Amino acid sequence: MQFFFEVLIGGLLSGIMYSLVALGFVLIYKASGVFNFAQGAMVYFAALSLVGCLEKGAPLWLAFILAFVIMTLLGIATEKFVLRKMVNQSPIALFMATIGLAFFIEGLAPMLWGNQVWPLDIGLVDEPIGWILDRYNIVVSSFDLTAAGLAMALVAGLALFFQYTRVGRALRAVADDHQAALSIGIPLQHIWALVWAVAGFVALVAGMLWGSRNGVQYALTFTALKALPVLILGGFTSVPGAIVGGLIIGASEKLAEIYIPPVLTDIFGGNFGGIENWFPYVLALLFLLVRPEGLFGERHIDRV
Amino acid sequence: MARQIGGVILDLKNISLRFGGVKALTDISFDVREHEIRAIIGPNGAGKSSMLNVINGVYRPQEGEIIFRGEHRRDMDTHAAAEAGIARTFQNIALFKGMTVLDNLMAGRNLKMKANFLQHAFWWGPAKREELAHRRKVEEVIDFLDIEHIRKTPVGRLPYGLQKRVELGRALAAEPQILLLDEPMAGMNVEEKQDMCRFILDVNDQLGTTIVLIEHDMGVVMDISDRVVVLDYGKKIGDGVPDEVKSNPEVIAAYLGTQH
Amino acid sequence: MFYRETGQFKTSYAADQQIFPIRQDRIGIMLLLVVAFVVVPLVASNYWFNAILIPFLIFSLAALGLNILTGYAGQLSLGSAAFMAVGAYAAYNFQVRVEGMPILASFVLAGLTAAGVGILFGLPSLRIKGFYLAVATLAAQFFIVWCLTKFPYLSNNSSSGVISVPGIEVFGMKFDAPQERYLLVLAIVALLALAAKNMVRSTTGRAWMAVRDMDVAAEVIGIRLMCTKLLAFAVSSFYCGVAGALYAFCYLGSVEPDGFSLDLSFKILFMIIVGGVGSVLGSFLGAAFILLLPIFLDIFLPWLSGVLQLPFDGATVSHIQLMVFGALIMFFLIVEPHGLARLWQIGKEKLRLWPFPH
Ligand SMILES: Nc1ncnc2c1ncn2[C@@H]1O[C@H](COP(=O)(O)OP(=O)(O)OP(=O)(O)O)[C@@H](O)[C@H]1O
Ligand SMILES: [Mg+2]
Repeated sequence: MQFFFEVLIGGLLSGIMYSLVALGFVLIYKASGVFNFAQGAMVYFAALSLVGCLEKGAPLWLAFILAFVIMTLLGIATEKFVLRKMVNQSPIALFMATIGLAFFIEGLAPMLWGNQVWPLDIGLVDEPIGWILDRYNIVVSSFDLTAAGLAMALVAGLALFFQYTRVGRALRAVADDHQAALSIGIPLQHIWALVWAVAGFVALVAGMLWGSRNGVQYALTFTALKALPVLILGGFTSVPGAIVGGLIIGASEKLAEIYIPPVLTDIFGGNFGGIENWFPYVLALLFLLVRPEGLFGERHIDRV
Repeated sequence: MARQIGGVILDLKNISLRFGGVKALTDISFDVREHEIRAIIGPNGAGKSSMLNVINGVYRPQEGEIIFRGEHRRDMDTHAAAEAGIARTFQNIALFKGMTVLDNLMAGRNLKMKANFLQHAFWWGPAKREELAHRRKVEEVIDFLDIEHIRKTPVGRLPYGLQKRVELGRALAAEPQILLLDEPMAGMNVEEKQDMCRFILDVNDQLGTTIVLIEHDMGVVMDISDRVVVLDYGKKIGDGVPDEVKSNPEVIAAYLGTQH
Repeated sequence: MFYRETGQFKTSYAADQQIFPIRQDRIGIMLLLVVAFVVVPLVASNYWFNAILIPFLIFSLAALGLNILTGYAGQLSLGSAAFMAVGAYAAYNFQVRVEGMPILASFVLAGLTAAGVGILFGLPSLRIKGFYLAVATLAAQFFIVWCLTKFPYLSNNSSSGVISVPGIEVFGMKFDAPQERYLLVLAIVALLALAAKNMVRSTTGRAWMAVRDMDVAAEVIGIRLMCTKLLAFAVSSFYCGVAGALYAFCYLGSVEPDGFSLDLSFKILFMIIVGGVGSVLGSFLGAAFILLLPIFLDIFLPWLSGVLQLPFDGATVSHIQLMVFGALIMFFLIVEPHGLARLWQIGKEKLRLWPFPH
């Protein structure tokens, strides 16, 4: 039972990291209707930029700001050179464009900063939290807990930003209704560039946290693949959906990875590791078959 | 007019339709007789389009009954409606934008074509024969609507007025018994409207097709329809021949209240 | 002057409905077939067969499969490579497990197996659309590759799922030499391309496109969404499955599950974006482009580095390749969303007017 809880808690904590990446998707999708496949590449790019600036001798806070500036520039460039030119195209075309963007960034990032695996030390230690270990005999990584805390703080911060700042309110207006937002004079293009910058910020935090755990490397782009089932589960437009979806996916994939392979081995013999690569997708799919509108979506009837 | 209006072909009884909290239709009953032109009018948001959607099964009403050719149903099914000969056009043109005019019209006849995909793949006897036979039928519709010159043009590139005409063509290609038209003349200039009116009257007159029509242009409605239903906020407030409806005080109030 | 349809009056709908209504096009395609079937086998070198022509044909077939699903039926899939894998492994299993199984029959069965799996993973398309579906196809991508790696039965108990295919024999004739394999692949691809062209210009294809362009209207005119979408999944997976079988048997000879990765799926997607979404011809043009581009860059970049006096190492070259790929995809989507096939068509229209530009 203790082991079960250990796995569960570990899963939930890593699930929060998935939520964080999924949040980047949701932000852009809500504001501009673009399903940004390049979010994973942005995580990679942001983390590399951060490490690159650190390598050049900048202190962490400065490197963070510089990396954020770089991500903002990337967002502006994307809006200016790609999205703006595709306004009248179908969402699927836009999506495919972001796959192109992902490839572009995945090539650009190591061109600028080199392609070795960088260690990233942001001062977090990874060891079992003493008092939990003593009292409940469960291993909970202090790193995971701090990272999850940071991620949650970020989400809360974003929520406040959307609720209480002028820019945030404009963003929400755009998300609700593009036409109406235009008609009351909110410049869509600025908003889009801005929201890409915010998504870049989210990517930066995600990249920093993942990178300091596993090193900053190309594999960071796969974070996007982890976040996608979270999105199907939680819905593309729902921030709470991204969070709850992330928790469910994180917990269930870790549990599946521990408990399913032995069963399969009993039946078929052999080794069945690596279930976590596809389990979230299958889970999300099965869930969708039951509830196509996702966790928090409303059932919607096409208007004709 | 030579045509003879027949018995009731479609009877809607106590239809209610809700979207969440929005009551789109409340307890609506009316009928449609064979070969007639039946208009549905009402201010914006009155529930006219929803009514058509209920008739051919795009929306499923929560309450009510639909009696079609004597058959009682809780609701319609789009496929069954198409098979029974109900065709329609949409308020916001719903053509297949990437396909040519010809292909749109041919698609309109898909239910009449029986060859399967393997026969298509190898352009086997029946597939080829069928394609030719139906092409002939479709060309008749193209002639009728005067759109020979744009046959091979992808519909997405056509101007609005022509698209509306092609959409009518797609519905006609199915040789429907009942034709549902959702604002076929909206956004057209006077000349285009006249053409469209002529097409509708010709179809009704020559082929005997029953027509249910939503239209905002009162002149047109009063001119061409046999009977009119008036909806307002999802409720029926009037029903009868044009002259009756025109003098119905509730209808006048509804129209004066919501100026267009 | 020479490319005209004037004077070629169509006197029947049959004539108007041919695949190539214009006579010059018919002559052109005939010439192309003669070159492909007769001239190329006589003149091409082994390098050309092995490194360019055979993969080109096989990827064209896979791209065609994806184009049927995505370009015609409008269901975006990111799992084409997985369906190729199903085809490859199915063909292998039919060959090694069934005594005396003719190879062509194995290919057909491989396609059918892939079609079955395709239908299974297409089922969600009945309830979900667009991005949701695209993400769902990733389930196929990861799950299938995982199964092939983990279930030893599927690879006849070879280690980590690597399979090495037996030699190819058709009607007692060996197809080992490169040009023989090339001819076999060419014949299959040509036949399937013709079948695809026939499908997309008939009721089947119109139903696909109708569902793609406006699903509610398609339903209203009596098209059954479920059958239409599942048929698209089945046919598309059949094509990808056969392509996978050819990939294993006629191209690589030995494959492993990880070879059918998400990257390969993207590559196939790029082929149809560049070549032309919803175009049979485009599938071929796109495959050629995406295959030739790296070869071109491999030659061009070192030359460029020489000229610019910049040392490019191997890693840099591969990074530049990624960037070029990504940039090209965005470029095509922005500038010519209908891809090379559309450019080809525009070129032909220009030629029709030549030498008088208006
Ligand atoms: N698919 C849907 N989902 C939610 N609400 C809907 C849907 N379709 C219609 N409604 C609502 O039902 C009501 C009736 O709409 P409907 O389109 O039938 O009106 P209408 O009479 O056709 O108006 P118009 O003249 O503007 O076309 C409206 O309040 C509309 O918002
Ligand atoms: Mg309406």
